[in-house]
Amino acid sequence: MGKTIAEKVLSSHSGLDCAAGEIVIASVDFCMSQDGTSTMMIRELESLGFSAPKTKNGMAMVIDHNSPCPSVDVAKIHTRIRDFANTNSIPLFDVGEGICHQLVPESGKVLPGDLAVGADSHTCTYGALNACSTGLGSADVAAAAFAGKLWFKVPESYSLVVNGKMPHRVGAKDLMLSVIGSLTSDGATYKSVEFSGETVNNLSMDGRFTIANMAVEMGAKFCPFAFDSKTANWLSVRGFGDGVKVASDSDAGFEKRFDFDASELVPKVAKPHAVDKVVDVSALRGTTIQQAFLGTCTNGRCSDLEAAALILKGKHIKSGVRLIVAPASRSVLIEAIDGGVYAALLKAGATIVAPGCGPCVGTHAGIPGDGENVISTANRNFKGRMGNNEDVGIYLASPETVAASALAGEITDPREVP
Amino acid sequence: MKLDGKVHRFSPNDDINTDYIISGRYKFKIDDMNELAKHVMEDISPDFGSKVRKGDFIVAGRNFGCGSSREQAPRALKAAGISAIIAKSYARIFYRSCFNVGLPLLECDTDWIEDGDLITVDLDTGEVADARTGKNTQAKPIPKTMQILLRDGGLIPHLKKHGDFALR
Repeated sequence: MGKTIAEKVLSSHSGLDCAAGEIVIASVDFCMSQDGTSTMMIRELESLGFSAPKTKNGMAMVIDHNSPCPSVDVAKIHTRIRDFANTNSIPLFDVGEGICHQLVPESGKVLPGDLAVGADSHTCTYGALNACSTGLGSADVAAAAFAGKLWFKVPESYSLVVNGKMPHRVGAKDLMLSVIGSLTSDGATYKSVEFSGETVNNLSMDGRFTIANMAVEMGAKFCPFAFDSKTANWLSVRGFGDGVKVASDSDAGFEKRFDFDASELVPKVAKPHAVDKVVDVSALRGTTIQQAFLGTCTNGRCSDLEAAALILKGKHIKSGVRLIVAPASRSVLIEAIDGGVYAALLKAGATIVAPGCGPCVGTHAGIPGDGENVISTANRNFKGRMGNNEDVGIYLASPETVAASALAGEITDPREVP
Repeated sequence: MKLDGKVHRFSPNDDINTDYIISGRYKFKIDDMNELAKHVMEDISPDFGSKVRKGDFIVAGRNFGCGSSREQAPRALKAAGISAIIAKSYARIFYRSCFNVGLPLLECDTDWIEDGDLITVDLDTGEVADARTGKNTQAKPIPKTMQILLRDGGLIPHLKKHGDFALR
């Protein structure tokens, strides 16, 4: 029987001909941690007598979850991270650079065929680059950095086939919310999920990053996309090589197959307080919102800001609504300024904050008030997630739906905005 | 090894995520697990930090520990005194991290166990017995890889002891 992408990547990295279910020790190409997970990793590395990472492409640390620093307590943690990075010559993406899951792909440290781990659950994002990457705890990432390898259970794979042309103002976020709604929060636990089909082939790389990013919201371990001309182009314009392209065999053993029709898709919203409580936007029409948030590792790329700006351009958000925008990285920010996207957002009433995670994880720069509703392009809407546990409702949606809702002050179908 | 302790259950029963176990309001600024332990489960059970005693168990439904990879979640639960978790299923990052930090997990049907029950958990056989009802069940055996990690006191102690992975 043929192999899935996960089986091939774990075979090539373990030197074994492995199949789903086996436990292997595999070499790890790259590892990463962020400011919420680095100190525990640092303690473990120091106790191991660490001096340099043994991972092929090294490691990186990113200060993004509280960036710029919002408090004295966090400043002490940041200092500890900077000291460790300096002492051990670890590349550090400091304040202002952006979100780890945007910076790692931009850095070219993860390429097709690679195996990467990160101390952040959304590390599965790099699957868009035809790689196997996954989030782990700090001890696992410390072990990977120290030993250059780690133990893995070879996951079973699911095949998710999407066909049909996506309607106007319906995109990758709506598709992924729809998939998570149907598979549920643990519907793909421990699985590697491979998306394919006409719709996926036509998706931009940014759309693929959005989908891979949210794979963990249904429990998945990897979300590797196939390598195609879009992947090749994304890599070449950044001056990166093609890596080691990997494709699943036509007779690969997928545990399950799911089929989706994108032509029937409508804008979707995940209701509080679970990512799999997904409904059509029409079911929430009229739900008042006080804050709208555009950004995150799911939807903070320039194309996301541009999609929102197209809806907001020449208009102004509803009085009493706060629209907060956090670009995913410095280069996204520069691109959005150069392309006029920022001007459009600002003129529409948006508040721009520094590249980073802040509002999404509730650390700073957009903590909602008691009893408020927020519509957000983030990937999680757990109770208290944005930093306030007092009856705050977080609704997850696409950049288009967030922009349309900010204009109206209530949850709004973006297809109804001229 | 047999453990005895009191059961804590929560609402919701399923999908208890790591944000609920330890909120981002605390975990980003507090680096001391004993301090974080005072705030575990606070968002869904505000007085849990003062109620929990050393040796107690958490019992839950499916997909326990989903969401963020924060290792503060298993570490703070352990620091709060939790000796094991019994749930129908777990999210994968949390599952690995618990064994990495030496906190055992058992997987079985849990509908028959109630909040406040006194139970006995046998980590070697996987037997879970409830003193109040006299009922018991057999949890899935802890996989060998995880047993080795537990025996060695977690992943990093395992690496120190063997100088490499010795998981077979």
